[in-house]
Amino acid sequence: MREVAILGIGQTKFGELWDRSFREIGIEAGFSALQEAKLSSQNLGALYLGNMASGSFIEQEHIAPLILDYAGLAGHHLPAVRVEAGGASGAVAFHQAYLAVASGAHDIVVVGGAEKMTDVPESVQTDITNASADQEWETVFGATLPSLWALVARRHMHDHGTRREEFAQFPVLAHEMGSKNPLAHFRNKITLSQVLEGSPVAEPLGVMDCAPASDGAAAIVLGPLEQARKYTDTPIRISASQLACDTLALQHRRDVTTLDATVVAAKAAFHAAKRTPKDVQVAEVHDAYSISGLMALEDLGFFAKGAAGKALVNGEVGLGTKLGLNTSGGLKAQGQPFGAVGVAQIAEIVRQLRGEAKDRQVAGAQVGLAHNMGGTGATSVVHLLERVN
Amino acid sequence: MTVARFWRETPRRYNLGGNRCTACQTVYFPPRAVCPTCQQHRQSIGKMEPYTLCGDGEVFSYSVVHEAAEGFEMLAPYVLALIKTPEGPLLTGQVVDVTPEEVQVGLRVRASFRKLREDGRAGVIHYGYKFSPVREKGPREAMASPASQEALARAAARVART
Repeated sequence: MREVAILGIGQTKFGELWDRSFREIGIEAGFSALQEAKLSSQNLGALYLGNMASGSFIEQEHIAPLILDYAGLAGHHLPAVRVEAGGASGAVAFHQAYLAVASGAHDIVVVGGAEKMTDVPESVQTDITNASADQEWETVFGATLPSLWALVARRHMHDHGTRREEFAQFPVLAHEMGSKNPLAHFRNKITLSQVLEGSPVAEPLGVMDCAPASDGAAAIVLGPLEQARKYTDTPIRISASQLACDTLALQHRRDVTTLDATVVAAKAAFHAAKRTPKDVQVAEVHDAYSISGLMALEDLGFFAKGAAGKALVNGEVGLGTKLGLNTSGGLKAQGQPFGAVGVAQIAEIVRQLRGEAKDRQVAGAQVGLAHNMGGTGATSVVHLLERVN
Repeated sequence: MTVARFWRETPRRYNLGGNRCTACQTVYFPPRAVCPTCQQHRQSIGKMEPYTLCGDGEVFSYSVVHEAAEGFEMLAPYVLALIKTPEGPLLTGQVVDVTPEEVQVGLRVRASFRKLREDGRAGVIHYGYKFSPVREKGPREAMASPASQEALARAAARVART
């Protein structure tokens, strides 16, 4: 396996993009990534596209050749592959693209992540995204994704003494960072009491504990590290790309308060990169729900089980601390276009490591981590990225 | 959900029919073709035997759901829970015959056969299990009586034979 670098990134604004179609946002993100990498289409070896549910959201399947076509690349007859893994579709697509370059199968590869969610009403959006849980043994009894995460939250409170006010801190941090990100879906700051008093969705989770449904796309160009300087002055090295899975249904987990797939992926990633959680200065973690963000901090190895809540309350994470956290605004504030999330998280880490994150910059960031999940954690992806000095 | 898709799961959803690995005795619900617990799990293929859960359990975790899933809007707010069964498996289901305030981790419940949802006004009605509290006193006690336990055991044996 050879070393792989990120050569360029691109991203659309996230939000309710009424005037823009799926193919438009997909192409915009892809073009800006290619432009950054000073690449022409002749150099490309393959396209990987992360997307959860275009068939349900826009009644369009077979979207990999669609995006290839509208990017003007159909004439090159490149291989184009769609990857689906619920909310982790983007990072799993990235992982596949990484493997393609690392193995030598391709040199230059584009990874896209895109989701167009607002062409269906809100109630339909929810039903579509609930399909990343088990339709036969969870949702059939009235479970929804937020209610499954609520079950996790309640048991986390029971087993580890976590308090409501602790995980409610996560969205406050997310919106603080979102206010600094021009691409974010939400740019307003919120207070702890707004989270606590938000209308209940599935107790103990309220509306402000849950990331929104958004439209958006992100794209990244990958290539072999040894060729990277041909395309960019600021290549970012991928020091680990690890994917791990668990039972689809929450009810079958070894421990519902631990994201085992995240634990496994993180351990493997730190081992591969010869790093520890202490080496990471900036992380994007999967805060689709406030509780999932809190648990990610524990299960990635930043805090012991039951300690992340206190760390959030005491301000031990976030800009200006040892761990810059969800500087993009995370899923909660930057937005949650399902298939695009994992790619956008990596793009934010790239901005941080290049020193291009402006007023949300983590000073001197050298090592960054991105963590993306599907469903209630059945798929977990951990990437470690490093500045090439 | 189409009729066939729901109908083919009725032995599980109506009768709590799971299965058990004859090698390690671990009980599964819903039933599995292969035992994930056994080290040599391929050897368990074809050696899983039917096993019906007794229907007892206690609340392992719960949530009061305000934004309902599709088809459950009329029930909101409803209590969704993970139920720990004495046989081992955790089940996802609603807790009913209770006010949300009464539900807590550890509450003893028993499975009952209930209507889950309707496919619109003219569609099929789906049935399956929900859970209600085992009251120390009152009419519910009768349901947990030794007589009903015996009846359940007979039913379980019948399901196991089929």
